[in-house]
Amino acid sequence: MKYLSEYRAPELVEQYLAELHRTATRPWTIMEVCGGQTHSLVKNGILSLLPTNVRMVHGPGCPVCVTPLNLIDKAVYLAEKCGVILCSYGDMVRVPGSERSLLEAKANGGDVRILYSPLEAVQIAQQNPGREVVFFAVGFETTAPANALSVVHARRLGLTNYSILASHVLVPPAMEAVMDDPETNIQGFLAAGHVCTIMGVYDYVPLVQKYQVPIVVTGFEPVDLLQGILMTVRQLERGEARLENQYTRVVSDDGNPDARRVIEEVFDVTDREWRGIGNIPRSGWEVRPELAAFDANRKFNVNIAKVSECADCIAGQVLKGIKKPSECSQFGKRCTPLNPLGAPMVSSEGACAAYYHFAQAEAPVSV
Amino acid sequence: MCLAIPGKIKSIELQYGGLVRMAKVEFGGIVKEASLDMVPHAKIGDYVLVHVGVAITIVDEEEAEKSFAYLREIGELDELVAGSQIDKPY
Ligand code: SF4
Repeated sequence: MKYLSEYRAPELVEQYLAELHRTATRPWTIMEVCGGQTHSLVKNGILSLLPTNVRMVHGPGCPVCVTPLNLIDKAVYLAEKCGVILCSYGDMVRVPGSERSLLEAKANGGDVRILYSPLEAVQIAQQNPGREVVFFAVGFETTAPANALSVVHARRLGLTNYSILASHVLVPPAMEAVMDDPETNIQGFLAAGHVCTIMGVYDYVPLVQKYQVPIVVTGFEPVDLLQGILMTVRQLERGEARLENQYTRVVSDDGNPDARRVIEEVFDVTDREWRGIGNIPRSGWEVRPELAAFDANRKFNVNIAKVSECADCIAGQVLKGIKKPSECSQFGKRCTPLNPLGAPMVSSEGACAAYYHFAQAEAPVSV
Repeated sequence: MCLAIPGKIKSIELQYGGLVRMAKVEFGGIVKEASLDMVPHAKIGDYVLVHVGVAITIVDEEEAEKSFAYLREIGELDELVAGSQIDKPY
């Protein structure tokens, strides 16, 4: 349990908490969509400081967690059987596929490389003209510009040995899927600040109108999160449903048009399978047909059979905020970060892993 | 992997035959390359928010300093050195 004095700006944290306790008179359920925010809420012990009637549930915003098992198997196959240099982000290479992770494929002799940026993969392709280099490009809108830019750079350099295995997902359609599920009961959303740094805030206006829910674009530090929660609760208490931006110091309403231009140059919107949730229409990006030469999905036509997930895992309900990780019968028992049964236990931004690493009583304390 | 980390632009060079602006960006002592494709107006001395090797927006100095200090405090800067950890066993 954290002491208030341990926070950056403890006096602000205290003020927001006190104001939140005064403001919340009825029970409210609010979802933070972004896994980074889940991680911060849990790690900083904020959940236990909130008033009892403000309940945070955790959304599907962990790109590593929602990448289909089938695609991980495909990446493993490319690394082991096709002799490619398979590169990705650190979190992604540790996620177990149906048989093994990319890291285990590396131990089996596959050339798997953990990179900080997809642009490094382009350099590797440049330095290894005789080898195929594939970047496993996962991510939400925040990561899409970098993944798209790697294709733009590779094309400028005239490379024919670089491609991306894209598993891009989009936040607003996932929020719709959550709201359309009859089992969910969410009254407000914190939208992910860094996603909006790229996309701007206007995509959320139709959601506010359609579902009559407040949506507050929020940062990821404790003070940001508390302010975002307070702004949401204020709207709810007043019976309002508006789009607000808590994170104006980083997010402009328009986002970054230069970044969106690069995304549009490389990607088309497509239906996408979300691990644990299923297919969500128009919820992802795939490489445009005219850039097929840079699309590992088209370039390497490997058909990997779909395998079913562990039957005891309730990841779908966790990712939609219907159940908390601790309500899963396998949580911390058969399922741990070293032996994850399901997607939300695999990345540090997944809700189950966050609960496991920073397990603390959810019981609220008074301030 | 979804974090964006603020750093200061130390130098800018043109790569790929002058087509791409790449910067050396300093994050509390660690220097990494970042593309400036998404922030065409960024100049030396500006603070930019960098996500997986691409600067995605310009931020002011105060915000950058505070946010960086917070990230360091909670130990979230590991991914900056991920590239050099390629062979580290997990
Ligand atoms: S604790 Fe494990 S088994 Fe349970 S929902 Fe989370 S990932 Fe699935």
